[in-house]
Amino acid sequence: MRPIFQTDYDQDIRLMRHRGYWWSYGTLLLLVLLAPFVVGSYLQSQIVFVFIYSIVGIGLLILAGFTGQTSLGHAAFLAIGAYTAGYMQRLGVPFLVYLPLSVVLSGTVGALVGFPALRLSGIYLVIATIAFGFIMEEVAARWESVTNGNDGMRVKPIELFGVTLGREGYSFYYLCLGLLILVLLLGLNILRSPTGRAFVAIRDSEIAARSIGVNLAVYKVVAFSISAAMTGLAGCLYAHKLSFISPEMFTLLLSLEFVIVILIGGIGSLHGAVLGSIFVVMVDPFLGYLKDDVPRAIGKLAQALGASNAGAVQDTLSAIGGAAGLKGAIYGVIIILFIIFEPYGLYGRWLKIRLYFELFPLYKKATFRRQKTYLKSERNR
Amino acid sequence: LLDFIQQVVGGVALGCVYGLIALGFVLIYKATEVVNFAQGDLMMLGGFFAYTFIDQLGLNYWIGFALAVLAMAAFGSLVERAIVRPILGYPQFSIIMVTIGLGFALRAVVGMIWGTDDLRIDTPFSSGVVHIGPLVLAYDKLSVIVATILLCGGLWVYFNKTRMGIAMQATSQNMLGAYYMGIPVKRVFSLIWAISAAVAGFAGVLLAPIAFIHTNVGFLGLKAFPAAVLGGFGSIPGALAGGLVIGVAETLSGFYLPEGFKDVAAYILLLIVLMVRPQGLFGLNLRKKV
Repeated sequence: MRPIFQTDYDQDIRLMRHRGYWWSYGTLLLLVLLAPFVVGSYLQSQIVFVFIYSIVGIGLLILAGFTGQTSLGHAAFLAIGAYTAGYMQRLGVPFLVYLPLSVVLSGTVGALVGFPALRLSGIYLVIATIAFGFIMEEVAARWESVTNGNDGMRVKPIELFGVTLGREGYSFYYLCLGLLILVLLLGLNILRSPTGRAFVAIRDSEIAARSIGVNLAVYKVVAFSISAAMTGLAGCLYAHKLSFISPEMFTLLLSLEFVIVILIGGIGSLHGAVLGSIFVVMVDPFLGYLKDDVPRAIGKLAQALGASNAGAVQDTLSAIGGAAGLKGAIYGVIIILFIIFEPYGLYGRWLKIRLYFELFPLYKKATFRRQKTYLKSERNR
Repeated sequence: LLDFIQQVVGGVALGCVYGLIALGFVLIYKATEVVNFAQGDLMMLGGFFAYTFIDQLGLNYWIGFALAVLAMAAFGSLVERAIVRPILGYPQFSIIMVTIGLGFALRAVVGMIWGTDDLRIDTPFSSGVVHIGPLVLAYDKLSVIVATILLCGGLWVYFNKTRMGIAMQATSQNMLGAYYMGIPVKRVFSLIWAISAAVAGFAGVLLAPIAFIHTNVGFLGLKAFPAAVLGGFGSIPGALAGGLVIGVAETLSGFYLPEGFKDVAAYILLLIVLMVRPQGLFGLNLRKKV
């Protein structure tokens, strides 16, 4: 493997470190562009969900992964984006107007949440964002003139320049893809700018950041606002993708799902948002597979082996696969396993594999060992 | 006025349950700096254990109660050993997420084992009322209040008067320092998780006559957060007081305010407290030293 020579300080912050990136990301883009013609309509629709979750994931990564402000209330921002889209559409506002509007509105609410959050950190922030999520959920359920309350709200397909973009069509797919790439570039550019470095400084040590002149209040509010705005954008797309929204979709569970996205993807890099989204979105098809195909295959195998109770075996397995709450159990177990054994997520795993081959045979496991601190730090902040 | 007092008593009973859950949070947080988001689900599990012992095995109520609490204590130390100890010392975010994951897993597994129907236990307090003047108080609510007072008194004595309790306080103030002083920090952690889970189990059994035994009971744990924060996360009387305030506020807002406020009253109160006095009512105001 050829080493990369540094000839310029700017090289460290370039979007594309070297030519190899153009090849790999270009290939990926080509694959994603061609995907809808190859995969079936179900998988295409799942990929659209991956795009939407990725947008939220990027927003949450900027807040939680890079600024260190954990939020368990992002479903509320998603709801704001979604309901803005639905309500504005009902008023007859065109898509090109209400899309930015849902971004701006969500970002504004994000900033408003960011202000009180300035005084909070650690668990208090987590609890406050949970509370915010619950309150927004209740607002969505009770403000019936706008949200239709618990009856939910139908969202018609997007009308753009006189063309209808159906939620299953190719054009919606490309719209989501385009917006994802836009958000991705925006996120990358924020993170390599002074703003992004200020975020990282805040995450690593608030006191050190303040002592070198980072204005904590401003940057925390900005981080909240950017994160909420991206989530609002995703919310607008989410509403159109589902074509029906109601308050019970935007619960704590959804916020948790978003945190799981970045946790499983890896909180060190924006790659994590996309990898984690693929994982979380694909859990559902996987569960379906577990419920139908695996028991059938095993049942057939048992039959072939001459077992007399093949049918019973198949039914039992099918019942286990289809048990209510299996998704919750899988989420729970996966969170625990990832945090204990793979704290850097899927992207961290890839980094480890890459480093293993780059340094072969000198790779050491200790390179990625986390540091433990037993001092009391959180409470006295 | 009679309505008002009736509502307040109901709120106090509910608040005691919140207070007990919050007590579980606070115990673990005090000693190990870990916030256990699965506390509500531990409470739920306690209820199901009690159901198994009392209803399915047909034991006496009190024996079943004790067995359920003991089983929860064992479960708590198992949880500590298996999933909390490996990640102690890592950022708080990791630990929060692990306990959330534990909550998910518990809810799902309990749902698979016991089903998702509403279950109930026959207790000595399930029916019957006490008349105090014009007031009518139900036994089930009174039993919660009395039991909470007893339990809190016991815990207070344990933490302030016994050797192990003081060791726990030392651990909570400085883990490393306590370790240097020869306090068995690991055992303290196991024990604190056991106690906390036992308190959760206690709350779960007490709640059984008031609410049903159901997997969603764990969500009450989320209401106990405001209670813990209100009392200043880290203070045992604070947790109880916070629980009472939240319980009463919730009941009264359900009675006097328009529909919808009941569910969010606790959270609105929480946000106000966080904005005005983030260290809570009984919290210590510690400043970070560089």
